[in-house]
Amino acid sequence: MNYFTTIGLEVHVQLQTRTKMFCACRTDFGAAPNTQVCPVCLGYPGALPVINQEAIRLTVMTGLMVGSRINPWSKFDRKNYFYPDMPKNYQITQFDQPLCLGGAVAIDCQGQSRVVRLTRIHLEEDVGKSMHVRDQSRVDFNRAGHPLMEIVTEPDMHSPEEAFAFLLALKQILVYGLISPCNLEEGNLRCDVNCSVRPEGQAALGTKTEIKNMNTFKGVHQALTYELQRQVAALAAGGMIVQETLRFDTDRGVTESMRTKEDAHDYRYFPDPDLMPVALSAEQIKAWEGMLPELPRQRCERLEREYALPAYDAKVLAADKYVADFFEEAARGAANPKTVSNWMMTEMMHLLAEKELEIRQVKITPQALAGLIKLVESHAINGAAAKTIFAILFDKGGDPAVLVGQLGLAQVSDIGTLAALVRQAIDGNPKSVSDYKAGKEAAFKFLMGQVMRLSKGKANPQIVQDLLKKQLSV
Amino acid sequence: MAEWNELTVHEAKARLDQGAGTARELVETLLGAIRARDKQVQGYLEVDEADALRQAEAADALRKKGHKGKLLGVPIAVKDLLNVQGQSCRCASRILEGYHSPYDATAIARLRAEGALFVGRANMDEFAMGSTTENSAFKITHNPWNLACVPGGSSGGSGAVIAADEAIAALGTDTGGSVRLPASFCGCVGLKPTYGRVSRYGLTAFASSLDQIGPMTKDIRDAALLLQVMAGHDGMDSTSIMAPVPDYAANLRKDLKGMKLGLPKEYFIAGVDPEVAHCIQQAIRHCEGLGATIVEVGLPATPYAIATYYIVACAEASANLARFDGVRYGLRVKDATDPFDMYTRTRAAGFGTEVKRRIILGTYVLSSGYYDAYYVRAQKVRALIRADFEKVFQSCDALLTPVAPTAAYRLGEKTADPLQMYLSDIFTASVNLAGICALSVPCGFTSANLPVGLQIVGPAFGEETILRVGFAYEQTTDWRLRKPDVG
Ligand SMILES: [Zn+2]
Repeated sequence: MNYFTTIGLEVHVQLQTRTKMFCACRTDFGAAPNTQVCPVCLGYPGALPVINQEAIRLTVMTGLMVGSRINPWSKFDRKNYFYPDMPKNYQITQFDQPLCLGGAVAIDCQGQSRVVRLTRIHLEEDVGKSMHVRDQSRVDFNRAGHPLMEIVTEPDMHSPEEAFAFLLALKQILVYGLISPCNLEEGNLRCDVNCSVRPEGQAALGTKTEIKNMNTFKGVHQALTYELQRQVAALAAGGMIVQETLRFDTDRGVTESMRTKEDAHDYRYFPDPDLMPVALSAEQIKAWEGMLPELPRQRCERLEREYALPAYDAKVLAADKYVADFFEEAARGAANPKTVSNWMMTEMMHLLAEKELEIRQVKITPQALAGLIKLVESHAINGAAAKTIFAILFDKGGDPAVLVGQLGLAQVSDIGTLAALVRQAIDGNPKSVSDYKAGKEAAFKFLMGQVMRLSKGKANPQIVQDLLKKQLSV
Repeated sequence: MAEWNELTVHEAKARLDQGAGTARELVETLLGAIRARDKQVQGYLEVDEADALRQAEAADALRKKGHKGKLLGVPIAVKDLLNVQGQSCRCASRILEGYHSPYDATAIARLRAEGALFVGRANMDEFAMGSTTENSAFKITHNPWNLACVPGGSSGGSGAVIAADEAIAALGTDTGGSVRLPASFCGCVGLKPTYGRVSRYGLTAFASSLDQIGPMTKDIRDAALLLQVMAGHDGMDSTSIMAPVPDYAANLRKDLKGMKLGLPKEYFIAGVDPEVAHCIQQAIRHCEGLGATIVEVGLPATPYAIATYYIVACAEASANLARFDGVRYGLRVKDATDPFDMYTRTRAAGFGTEVKRRIILGTYVLSSGYYDAYYVRAQKVRALIRADFEKVFQSCDALLTPVAPTAAYRLGEKTADPLQMYLSDIFTASVNLAGICALSVPCGFTSANLPVGLQIVGPAFGEETILRVGFAYEQTTDWRLRKPDVG
C-alpha cells in the first residue's frame, strides 16, 4: 500500500529589532542571564506593553515579500497559560486578526519547482528560557519579549525534503529582507511541524501529529522522516494514529509524546485591553512596499545580466545574500567578474563547507580577494601561491600584497634563473626526457612539476613551459 | 489656626510658601495625627515615618534652593495598588508579601516632579475587588464618621484617611466606582478621570479597560490640581490619550448659568434610600438655583451595566492576576514538587476569597464555549452603554445622580452576599464601561450623620465641566466643612 504525506509548518522567527516587542530592553544574544530585563518584560505589577513599530514594519515587509494581503486593521490578543518562562502567564499574540494573510513561497526540491501557500503571518512575544540545574530550575528572561514572527503554512508539503526546501527558501527571503539573521544556533528560527499520512485513494487527510520546537533544518528533516515512517508502520499494522503533540529526541532520533488532544489547553484568547488595534493606512503599506529589497530570484537575474555570469554561477552566488554581497563588492574592483565568481565558487565555497562557516564569519574581505586576483593577473604571483594566500586570508585576514612579501611567494619570471632550474630538471630525469621524446605527453607535465617544485612553487608557469619546450627540442 | 493635617493641598502649600512652617513640621504633625487616629480608623497598611521625614527634609532643602513645584512638600497618601519606587505595593494581598516597587508609576513620577511626598500605603479591597475595603487581607478600615460602618471601597483607606484628617490628599483607583463610592461614604471629593486621561503605567491592573487613577481630596480645587499634574499622554501606556490637558483651575469659577444638567431616570428608582434620595434632590434644586437647567434624560442600557461590568472586569482580571505565581516576586510557598504545584499552592494561599471568586468567574466567561455568550455579548452591551451616554451628552453638559443607593452601611452587613455588595456599584460602573468621567462631591448627611455624595457625570474629557459644576455646588454649600469626631 502507498501512503500520501501531508506536512504543514509553523515557523517562529526572531526579528532583528534593536529592542524587545513591548519594552525598551535590548535584544542582544548571549548577555548574562536576566540583564536585559525591565518591569514590562518581567511582568511586574502595573507595567504595560507598548508596541515596537519596527517589529510591525518587519512583519509587514515579510508579508509583502511573500505576497500576503496586509491586514489594514489587526490587533493583539492574550493567550492564557501558565509556564515559568512566561512572565505574565499570558502571551501577547495575534489570534484572529494577524498582520498578514495568505502569501506563498516558491521552493526548489529534487529538480522540481513548486509553491507552498501561507495561511498567515502574525507577531507575538518570545518567552524566557528555563534551565534545570540538578534539583533547581532557573529562568533567564533576557529572551522574554523578543519580537517573534510566526509564519503558518498551508498543508502543502508532501515529503521531508519539501519541508527542508521550504525552510531554506524561507530563510533566504528573511535574510534578504533583513528581517532576521536566521542564526539557528542562536534560536532565531524555530518551528513546529504538523504531519499526517493517508493511504492512497483516501480523500480525507489522516490524523495529524505535531512535533514541537525544532531548531535545525536537519532536525526537521530527521524528525519528519522518523515520524512519517512511524505513522505508516502503525497504519500498516492496522493501528490508529493518536492526535498528539510530540517532541523529537535528537540523540535517540525518535519522537515522543508530550500531550494528547484530550489535555489540550483552552487558551482563552481575548483582545489585549492594554494595546490599541494596529491600523495600517494604504499609504503606509505603499511606502514600505517601496522599501522592499531585491529578492533572491531578482538578484540572480541581475548578477547574470550585470556581470555577464553564467546562469549557474549567478544562482549559486545569489542563494546566500551575504555571498552575493561579497561577490559584488569584490567584482567592483576586478577586471573580470567571472574570475571573481570562479574564486567564490571554488576556493570560498570549498573552505566554507569544510569549516562549516557562514561567509560573514570569515576574515577575508572582498577588497582582499580583488587584490589577490590583481596579483595573479599581473603575474606577481602564480595560481598555486594565490591559493595558499587565499587560505591564510580566509582564516586570518590581511593584505594579500603584504602576505606575498612576508611568505616570499613572489613569482619568479627571471629567464636566467628559470633556465637553470629547467636544466636541473632535465639533467635529473633522463627517463622522463626520453619518454617525452618518444611522444609521451605526460612526461612533459611531470618535468613542469619538477621545475615548479625546484622553484618552491614560485616559477612563472608560462615561462617555464616555453623554456622547457625549447630545451627539450634541442 | 488649623492644624497642618486638617489643611487642604492648597492651604498647606500656601502656608509652606509663606514660610509659616516647613514640610518637616507638616509631616511631623501628620504622623502625629496618624498615630493618634489610625488605631481606630485603620486606613493605612503601612507608614514609614523615617522615610516620610526624609522626604519632607528633602522638600525643605529644595524649597531653599528655589524649587517651585506645584506640590512641593505636600504629602499624599497612596492606595496600595500604585507603584512608588522603593515602597511596598502589596495591593492589600498576601500574594505580594515582600514585593517592593522597582519603579514609580507615571502618575507618581509626575506628582514627585512637582515636589509631592508619598506618605503611607492606604488600605483597600484586595486587588481593588470590593466595595467596602473589607476584602483587604490585612485589616478592616473603619468609616471615620461611624467606626462601626464601612468606608466604602475599594479605595476605602484613601477615603477614610482624608475624612479623618490623617492625610492632606490621597490617590485612589476607580474600576467600577472605587474612588467615588468611598468618597461618598467618607464625605470627601473623589474624581474618576476619563479613560486614557491619566496614565495607568504603574497601576497594578485589576481590569485594564476600566481602571483609572483618581484623586481623593478635601475639596474640588485640590482634585483639579492633582488631576492637572497627573493628566496627559504617556508613552508607557498605549491607552493614554494624546489630547491636550486644559487648565482645570482656570475655568473653575465660571457659574452654572446656561448649563444643562441631565437626570437619567434609570438612576432615580425605588430602592434608593429615601434620605439619600432627599439629599440628591436638594442638591439638584441647589444647582438649579445656581442657574443650571435641569432636564430628564434616559440611559436605557443601564439595567445591564452591573452584569456587563462584572463579566468584563473579571475576564480581564483573570489574565491580569495570572502573573502572581511565586516565580519572580511576592509570596512563594515552600517545598513545591513542581511548577504547577507551586502555582496552585501559592495562589491558594496568597489570594483571598473574593479575588478567587472573580478569577474563576473571569476564567469561566473566557472559556471556549462560553466566550461568545458572555464576553462577546458583554462587549456589545458595553457599546450600547457608551452610545447611550454619547446621545445624552449631545443635549446635556453633565448628569447628576446619586453615587450609591445608600450611605455607608455597617461592617459585615453585606459580606455574606456578594451579589448584594455588587449592587453598590449600580450607579458608578456604567461610567467606567463608557470610559467617561465623573466625580463625587459631598451633598449632605443622613439622620445618622453619615455623608452622602452627589455624582456629577461628564462626557469623555469633560473634567473641566464636572469640576466646574462641583466647585459651584461646593462653594455655595458647607458640607465639606463638617468633620467627623475621631479620637
Ligand atoms: Zn524589558
